[in-house]
Amino acid sequence: MLRYIIFRFFAMVPTLLIASVLIFSIIELPPGDYFETYVAELQASGETVDPQKIEYLRKEYGFDKPVWQRYFSWVWGMTHGDFGYSFEYERPVSELIGSRLMLTMLLSFVTIIFTWVVAFPIGIYSATHKYSFGDYSFTFLGLIGLATPNFLLALVMMYFAKVWFGTSIGGLMDPVYIDQPMSWGKFGSIAEHMIIPVVVIGTAGTAAMIRRIRANLLDELKKQYVITARAKGLPPTRTVLKYPFRMSLNFFIADIGSILPNIVSGAEVVAIVLSLETTGPLLIRALKSQDMYLAGSFLMFLAVLTVIGVLISDIALAILDPRIRLQGKPEK
Amino acid sequence: MNDSSLPRPGKPLGHYVSTAEFDPYSIEQLTPEQEKYFFASQRQLIWWKFKKHRVAYWSALILLFFYVVIAFAEFIAPYELTRRHQDSIYAPPQGVHFFKDGEFVGPFVYQRVRTLDMDLLKRKYAANEAKTYRVGFFCDGDEYKLWGLIPSSKHLFCIRDGGTLFLLGTDRLGRDLFSRIIYGARISLTIGLIGVAVSFILGISIGGLAGYYGGWVDNIVQRMIEVLQSIPSIPLWLALAAIMPVTWSPLLVYFGITIILGLLDWTGMARAVRSKLLSLREEDYVMAAQLMGARPSRIIARHLIPGFMSHLIASATITIPTMILGETALSFLGLGLRPPVTSWGVLLNEAQNISVVVLYPWLILPVVPVIVVILAFNFMGDGLRDAADPYQ
Repeated sequence: MLRYIIFRFFAMVPTLLIASVLIFSIIELPPGDYFETYVAELQASGETVDPQKIEYLRKEYGFDKPVWQRYFSWVWGMTHGDFGYSFEYERPVSELIGSRLMLTMLLSFVTIIFTWVVAFPIGIYSATHKYSFGDYSFTFLGLIGLATPNFLLALVMMYFAKVWFGTSIGGLMDPVYIDQPMSWGKFGSIAEHMIIPVVVIGTAGTAAMIRRIRANLLDELKKQYVITARAKGLPPTRTVLKYPFRMSLNFFIADIGSILPNIVSGAEVVAIVLSLETTGPLLIRALKSQDMYLAGSFLMFLAVLTVIGVLISDIALAILDPRIRLQGKPEK
Repeated sequence: MNDSSLPRPGKPLGHYVSTAEFDPYSIEQLTPEQEKYFFASQRQLIWWKFKKHRVAYWSALILLFFYVVIAFAEFIAPYELTRRHQDSIYAPPQGVHFFKDGEFVGPFVYQRVRTLDMDLLKRKYAANEAKTYRVGFFCDGDEYKLWGLIPSSKHLFCIRDGGTLFLLGTDRLGRDLFSRIIYGARISLTIGLIGVAVSFILGISIGGLAGYYGGWVDNIVQRMIEVLQSIPSIPLWLALAAIMPVTWSPLLVYFGITIILGLLDWTGMARAVRSKLLSLREEDYVMAAQLMGARPSRIIARHLIPGFMSHLIASATITIPTMILGETALSFLGLGLRPPVTSWGVLLNEAQNISVVVLYPWLILPVVPVIVVILAFNFMGDGLRDAADPYQ
């Protein structure tokens, strides 16, 4: 077991290395750099620019060095907790994104829980009541959720939340609680504001998950041991829950790997619409103004988060299912 | 055959050939239906199976309808894409009526009267039931050039005598939303196709290489796919879209976006191709081709790919909705297509504000065709995937 975990852990390293190269080249690709944008902006507003200062800044941040040197210093810095410097906010990146990343993580985590809580019972119902009216309507609802663009759903739900429940619009908490220490009131406010983003981000993933658990459970229900259990007179609920359900649980956990990137993606877009204080709005701003270290470290962080999430799901799966522990990979 | 032709006892039997026609299949006679089924080409089998899948079949018809509409967008849209009606800014949808005073008179609309509410600073539109305008068919309206070539001014339907016909209302510049949705469909529906074509080519060639050669090529490709799948796609799209210079012409941006969508989407396709190839390359007919001196590219393209092409096409169909949604999201966030190019995402960009939802709810109507198209592609993809394996 320990060997498996260690192996999986080291398999992460090349993945992250490739990801860092990819992200760095994407960030480097646009012509010009932040200083050019900055100078152009200053000139447009009629201010004079001291070329020496710009030259100094360039040197300070290593923009006179070749690309590969900058790449290595970026990666080297990241392994030491130095994520570079945001030119726009004139603060270290780590200061800027710490709390936002926490909120992104929290949001993703709650969304996964939501997806599970919704998909579990519906998936089981759909599988045991195959082709029934309920099965069809759940499938249809799920498909609608899949087909509606997330951002629009967020917008419309925000409106109705305001009209029906009086929730303040936008943000992850009421404005009064910003910069306040954690309290029950703040917690409640955050929980209240979390409902819409979680539901909106969750809809797409839930539909896919219901379909998958239904298919898996259906396969399982056809097997002989289920028939035996039924023939012996086991009550229907127990028949389903005792073994077939446990089998399909594996797929649930294995699925985290595939839905986590989607959830983080969805969280970004929804966050922009709802102006949540997560990574989304900051990322898009950084991308537009070529604040490259901020954008790069952000993307890298999201990649690390997802890879770790997948790792955790793999390990959990290995604990749950001895076959994977022994064979080294999940059965599909 | 009668008794006299039999030899006498003790003599050998003479050589006899029956003159009756010989039918080797006489024992297992096929009914016409069976015959039709057994001798059908693969394409026919797929078609029959697909037709049986009612939902998929109807979805395909709906999609076909959409594509016919975008082919003749100029003719079907009642107004030109950029035609502005200064008197009807933010006008709500107009209802089309058929009966007047309990009598059928054909489609018509009531006159619109605009008043300004000075308290709310809002334009108000009311119907004046005294004055009606007939809706005509195949009549003259805004001039256009069909496919940029054929000048014409005929429209499928338009309003007579200088009235207005805004089936889905107008936007902040007084442009007809219905016409803009039709023109926008042109971009939104083709972007998915081109994007899928890009990812299809990438997926087949990269997955093909990995699957055929195996070994370290396979390893590198596998890692690449893993990385691409583990990074959340929308932030990556955003980053790539931000690269495109602002100075690019709208057409270049359009192609840029399709390529970005395709660039990140090939992974699933490559995986499918790879796993199929890994199992198929052990087949005897591949060995035969190798012995005859065929090159890898020929073996992959001539002998291996056709074996699961139909399956690939089916799975490609399922990824089209992701592309359409991706374009919509990018344009909505202002990093995708920009006006004057009109796509569904660009139209929805106007509805970005919550005040729009409250004051001008019809501006979020472009989401309806988005949902319909995505559902239709999903159902059709499901049906195609089932049908692609007609013997199952």
